[in-house]
Amino acid sequence: MHTQLTINGENHDLEADERTTLLDALRQHLRLTGTKKGCDHGQCGACTVIVNGRRINSCLTLACMHDGDEIVTIEGIGTATDLSVLQQAFLSADGFQCGYCTPGQICSATAMLEEVKAGWPSHVSDRLDGAPELSDEEIGERMSGNLCRCACYPNIVAAIRAAAGSAA
Amino acid sequence: MTAYLKMDEPDRRNRLDSMAQGVIGQPLDRMEGPLKVSGTARYAHEWPVERLCHAVLVRSTIARGHVVRIDRSPVEAMDGVLAVIDDDRLLRNPAQGTAGKAPVQGPREIFYVGQPLALVVAESFEQARHAATQLRIETMATEAVLDPESESTDRERPEGKQTSQGDLDRAMAEASHSIDAVYHTPGHSSAAMEPHAAIAQWDGDDLTVHASCQMLKYNQEELADALGIDAGRVRIVSPYVGGGFGSKLGIAHDAVAAAIAARAVGRPVALALSRRQVFETTMRRSESRQRIRLAADADGLLTGLGHEALVSQLPGETFSEPVAQATHFLYAAENREIIHEIVRLNRTCAGSVRAPGEAIGMTVLETAMDELAVKAGIDPVALRKRNIPDKDPEDQRPFSSHMLDQALDRGAELFDWQRRRPEPRSTRRGEWLIGLGMSSAARVNSLMQAESRVTLGGEGVRIETDMTDIGTGTYTVLAQIAGEMLGVPMDRITTVLGDTDLPPGPGSGGSWGASSTGSAVYVACEEIRARIARKLGCRAEDLTLKDGHAITGNRSTALGELIGDAPISVRGVVEPGGTSKKVRQSTYGAFFAEVAVNDVTAEVRVRRMLGVFAAGRILNAKTARSQCLGGMTFGIGMALTEELIHDPRDGSIVNRDLAEYHLPVNADVPQLEVELLEERDPWASPIQAKGIGELGISGAAACINNAVFNACGVRVRSYPVTLDKILAEL
Ligand code: FES
Ligand code: FES
Repeated sequence: MHTQLTINGENHDLEADERTTLLDALRQHLRLTGTKKGCDHGQCGACTVIVNGRRINSCLTLACMHDGDEIVTIEGIGTATDLSVLQQAFLSADGFQCGYCTPGQICSATAMLEEVKAGWPSHVSDRLDGAPELSDEEIGERMSGNLCRCACYPNIVAAIRAAAGSAA
Repeated sequence: MTAYLKMDEPDRRNRLDSMAQGVIGQPLDRMEGPLKVSGTARYAHEWPVERLCHAVLVRSTIARGHVVRIDRSPVEAMDGVLAVIDDDRLLRNPAQGTAGKAPVQGPREIFYVGQPLALVVAESFEQARHAATQLRIETMATEAVLDPESESTDRERPEGKQTSQGDLDRAMAEASHSIDAVYHTPGHSSAAMEPHAAIAQWDGDDLTVHASCQMLKYNQEELADALGIDAGRVRIVSPYVGGGFGSKLGIAHDAVAAAIAARAVGRPVALALSRRQVFETTMRRSESRQRIRLAADADGLLTGLGHEALVSQLPGETFSEPVAQATHFLYAAENREIIHEIVRLNRTCAGSVRAPGEAIGMTVLETAMDELAVKAGIDPVALRKRNIPDKDPEDQRPFSSHMLDQALDRGAELFDWQRRRPEPRSTRRGEWLIGLGMSSAARVNSLMQAESRVTLGGEGVRIETDMTDIGTGTYTVLAQIAGEMLGVPMDRITTVLGDTDLPPGPGSGGSWGASSTGSAVYVACEEIRARIARKLGCRAEDLTLKDGHAITGNRSTALGELIGDAPISVRGVVEPGGTSKKVRQSTYGAFFAEVAVNDVTAEVRVRRMLGVFAAGRILNAKTARSQCLGGMTFGIGMALTEELIHDPRDGSIVNRDLAEYHLPVNADVPQLEVELLEERDPWASPIQAKGIGELGISGAAACINNAVFNACGVRVRSYPVTLDKILAEL
């Protein structure tokens, strides 16, 4: 089945089985292996990518459902020699160990910061209107869809806090 | 050339401290970090390979029995299917750590639900996955053994794992204060975020496997043995491993099945375990039943200590969770009884999950110590301090170093422990009851045979070893050791890891990786220093190496000039020796937690947690701290949420995915504090470093459970401490 995807600003013509998830399309067909598979069932967040500006679990959606969509993966966020502010913050704060959940954490956090800017409340927000303050608790809550078994959570929170602070 | 050290004597020279580069111990960023944060570090399933096809395992739905017939032809006729394979060499379960030979093999006799029986190979993953669901395997069930605590099941008591000293019954009878209680811990899963995966390719009779492995030297032997080929024909490549925590110590189904399939179809084959398969077919930590007896005099001095553990395992496996490993030496008590029992069950294979033994043994012992403190009316920190032995209480060996006392003091000070109110339910914030708890940490330390090649060339330093970096910081700490010894800046050092073509080491496991392979790097560097000194006509002790220059007296020579185009390459070998026997070696620490327990719902939240650790020389303060954070978070999971639940009807794991097996998530973990104590252990290694990867979990869950008691007065003896167990007593 043919699907047209815009990934990190580039056009891709994908020819794949209808059963192919967006995650497998990225990893197997397009060789964008930065996006990781941790569970294939929407339970870990390792496969997080940004589709039309929103973070999603790419294992929970079929590639053929994304005809015409704009997708940003970790490869589109920054490169090893030109890291994004958030990637650099993860590096400095040691917000990873094995690195397997890390691209998902960074894609998730990138989109999450936009959600906060747009004033979306979360379960721990004090109020439902106005931009929530980015406390550690807010970050922890909003990042809880991304598991990290190496358990770098305190460092992930610190990295996001630092990146948000330097961007502000 | 080879430089060799057998660790027979303590090394008190602390050579690394007299070097000039100033990188050892520094909290440097991970060298491979830019690759990981940009998604360009390549994990097992990600190697670009032409003509790749995909395999998916098909597994048993019964607990015990055998395969009668496989109805292969309908599946072989399906779209894209290349082969249906039920080769005799398929593994029953993965190899145990450091096995170095194949585990039990053969897909015809069934020992547990989920055991791989066959695999389907197809052009695409989607085709293989679908075809695998269609394969009919007819089986004949026989009776399974499923209940770990059934009285009617035989219990083995392996020799060498039992201790009996003095008269514990009498000590209990005469004690001023005593505890005799039974505790339970459930099974755990390592649940590394990268599922086990392999890509196998043959070139004639030579096999290359990209896999996710912790211990390549052993894994090469295991894979070769499983396939029935010469180890020299097997190469395993594993430069990045997406977490291990014990689950990738031994060769697993993915590598063996992919290699068999690749041979059968004449093409490279990729096989990744699904998350469910990881839970059901790789290692679980055994559940345990533990009875603790503590006898103390009026001052809380222990006169008796008993620790009886019952764990489970598949038939035919020699490993069993060494529950009382640290109990043997942690506290003094004249009368001792340590019993280790194994029951053979038809459950997923039991193996190593981070800190096998101490993770659950220390947790239970430290829960019981808290109960004793309450009963005797003694402060829990004081009770521990009072019972620290001055030599191994069983075999009388001296300790290589002992930092428990300092860790307890430092932790109490940092955590403001004196503010704790010993009476439960004495601090309340609205609906929430607040409590503080603590526990000791200990984990045995060992040095393993390791090799590394270090090459000093005009451009800088290259370090090569088959050692792995599973998130432990190996790339960086090895470079820090070489950089310090050879006076070379970090940006001119390359570390190459994770390939069986490189000098072999013990891999990542048992917390021995950094100290063992790091020592091999050190030994090689000492020899390189000696050679430079010879070239300059000075003694190695009088040589200063810094920023790429060799300095003697007032002469400074650029290393590049000195070496020219004849790089110095040395293979460093370190081997354990007398220091592993003459003294008792362990790492120590202390945990402190503050929790809130909801007085209405019994929900528990960890508000603060501190770990103070001593593990010899810290090679990189940043990555060492992260290891501790990881261990402590495992501790939070063990304390509150993690539990493998087995169906009593067939032993299968009911909660076999990440939605039902609850790892701590970001919101469950507060800003943990880690304090690393300054220590040099001369007996541990020539770099005076010990292992730190597992210390952070070894007893951690107990401080949370003890804090729950302090908050609400409910003592839970069955981990995890879930709200139903608290609510019943609240
Ligand atoms: S792989 Fe998609 S959520 Fe785990
Ligand atoms: S860094 Fe290993 S799982 Fe997050």
